[in-house]
Amino acid sequence: MSESRQAFPAAAHEALADRRLRANLRNATATIRAKRDGVVAEVPDWEQLREAGRAIKADVLARLDEYLLAFEAAVEAGGGRVHWAADAAEANALVLAIARTHEVSELVKVKSLTTDEIGLNAALAAGGVHALETDLAELILQLDGDWSSHILVPAIHRNRTEIRDLFRRTIAQEPVSDDPRELAEVARRYLRERFLTARMAVSGANFAVAETGTVCVVESEGNGRMCTTLPSVLVTVLGIEKLVPTFTDLEVFLQLLPRSSTGERMNPYTSLWTGITPGDGPQEFHVILLDAGRTRVLADEVGRQALHCIRCSACLNVCPVYSRTGGHAYGSVYPGPIGAILTPQLRGIEHAASLPFASSLCGACYEVCPVKIDIPSVLLHLRAKAVQRRGGRGEALVMKAAAWAFGGRRRLATALRLGRLAQRPFVRRGAIRRLPGPLAAWTSTRDLRPLASESFREWWDHRT
Amino acid sequence: MRVALFITCIGDTVTPEVGRATVSVLERLGHEVSFPAGQTCCGQMHLNSGYRAEGDRLAARFMEVFDDCEVIVSPSSSCVGTMRERHPELHGRLFELSELLVHKLGVADVGAAFPHRVVYHPTCHSLRVAAVGDAPLRLLRAVDELELVDLPEARECCGFGGTFAIKNADTSAAMVIDKCAAIAATGASVVTALDSSCLVQIGGRLSRQGADVRALHLAEILAHARA
Repeated sequence: MSESRQAFPAAAHEALADRRLRANLRNATATIRAKRDGVVAEVPDWEQLREAGRAIKADVLARLDEYLLAFEAAVEAGGGRVHWAADAAEANALVLAIARTHEVSELVKVKSLTTDEIGLNAALAAGGVHALETDLAELILQLDGDWSSHILVPAIHRNRTEIRDLFRRTIAQEPVSDDPRELAEVARRYLRERFLTARMAVSGANFAVAETGTVCVVESEGNGRMCTTLPSVLVTVLGIEKLVPTFTDLEVFLQLLPRSSTGERMNPYTSLWTGITPGDGPQEFHVILLDAGRTRVLADEVGRQALHCIRCSACLNVCPVYSRTGGHAYGSVYPGPIGAILTPQLRGIEHAASLPFASSLCGACYEVCPVKIDIPSVLLHLRAKAVQRRGGRGEALVMKAAAWAFGGRRRLATALRLGRLAQRPFVRRGAIRRLPGPLAAWTSTRDLRPLASESFREWWDHRT
Repeated sequence: MRVALFITCIGDTVTPEVGRATVSVLERLGHEVSFPAGQTCCGQMHLNSGYRAEGDRLAARFMEVFDDCEVIVSPSSSCVGTMRERHPELHGRLFELSELLVHKLGVADVGAAFPHRVVYHPTCHSLRVAAVGDAPLRLLRAVDELELVDLPEARECCGFGGTFAIKNADTSAAMVIDKCAAIAATGASVVTALDSSCLVQIGGRLSRQGADVRALHLAEILAHARA
């Protein structure tokens, strides 16, 4: 996985020019959106479920220290081992060390955003270990040296013709058409051999239960379950925010997640495991508890709700920005509205300062979020932080001038007079068609209404 | 009833016809409109752009200027919704125009006639922040000779978003181009909404592409009195 660190507007400019990408995204997001709306409407207590999800996550974050220790104790009581990683480098080194202990040169992977976030595959490759992605979409991207553009549907920016051509170039043993069933069959044959020979697997997790030490992975294909059951060594990289207090709490999230993400009533495969079971499945199980910026997010009272995220991707699918630019423009494994608030917090605002501005604040994301993350409010919070860091540039001067002008009616009248003078050369038949400087960004695609020759206030004053 | 008008910065300086129409509708229904002279801007542009201190100062100024007003109306769901979120004590005092008419005054038929095919764009902040419900649709359905047609993908943002329209101009343009295509496909001659800011964006694009569709605020339609 590679990451683009270009600022959002420039990256979006390139993405918007790609017509095939626009068409692929429009079709895919519209389809998932419609499915999600249908199955959510079936649930009479959806709003209560959302509130329950929010409340459980808020409790987890408030008492995270206790829950983490309880989880560690429960995993170890079940025969597993728990490691603590402060950052990506520590987590990657732990996985590599386990692979070396077992003299493994290839391992199989369950689809996992967390391991993408820390760049695990590249770190393992540098240590001589090949990590094979087994989720179909992740495999497609890996074969093509591409990277994910959607949390749930990583290859959403690709259509089946592109995938057929890729398979013909890489793993297909026989001629293959662009029929999805044939494409899946090619991948199945390729992957089955690996599952049967792999000795080590790496997963992330959707949830982990503090009370019991149980890890939960939710998926559609069954390839994840191959990884978590066949190899003898299993390593789970777990973001510390993924905990839920009790086993019963899963009831809430296993209703919220599939309906919000794939638009299904229930996902096809839900794998749960606790420690090791002698003679059945992996005989060595490691959990790596990953911080990598999460405790810093936790310290921010407004921003911490981003850690509630259960990675459903409903906010991506409804976002008018994401559904046009796609995920790569966000320069992170977490794209879309959730990425716009998570990435700047995990990395530090100075490394992703354009992301909180990549939103029209339409609020569609907040409306669908199954754990009620108030994304627009967090965006505003992060915008204020970005502005504070940046200090007095041109925009800041304009904003200060506007604030001064709005400080009273006389000042506003003065500003209005100046504005009318300034706009005079540009007004043609009641519209401004071209402006210089930053405002050219508006007039390149839209006409602009000029300042009125008689303001409302002037009309009102003359009237009475 | 005595109603104080909050005109908003855009409504004062760019789209004064919306304020004049608002006054005309309210006076036709027998209400008295006042205009507190010290008002300027609610501070939303500053707040949304990351200039929180300036935004807070302007919101505080709003609270002072309208301090003694029992009922306040504004022809902008965005400014109304934002002010109510920041000062929850304004609930029940500060209304967007359609809310005031339908929910507070109990009027759906304001005595208007408008012989045109009209499409209504529910702006994001009227849907999700001010949450005006079906008030604007009830008003439009009661206008004589008006043909109201549905807008496909109506709930999708027009791409304005304040400074977003400049900072992320390409994305904003892609959004408004799609919105205008949906509007044009309905065959309507007028698109209406509750926010002049969004209408400046939509109208600006319609004008640029030479479309034969006018962008009018709801107040302007309601101001056309029946003969």
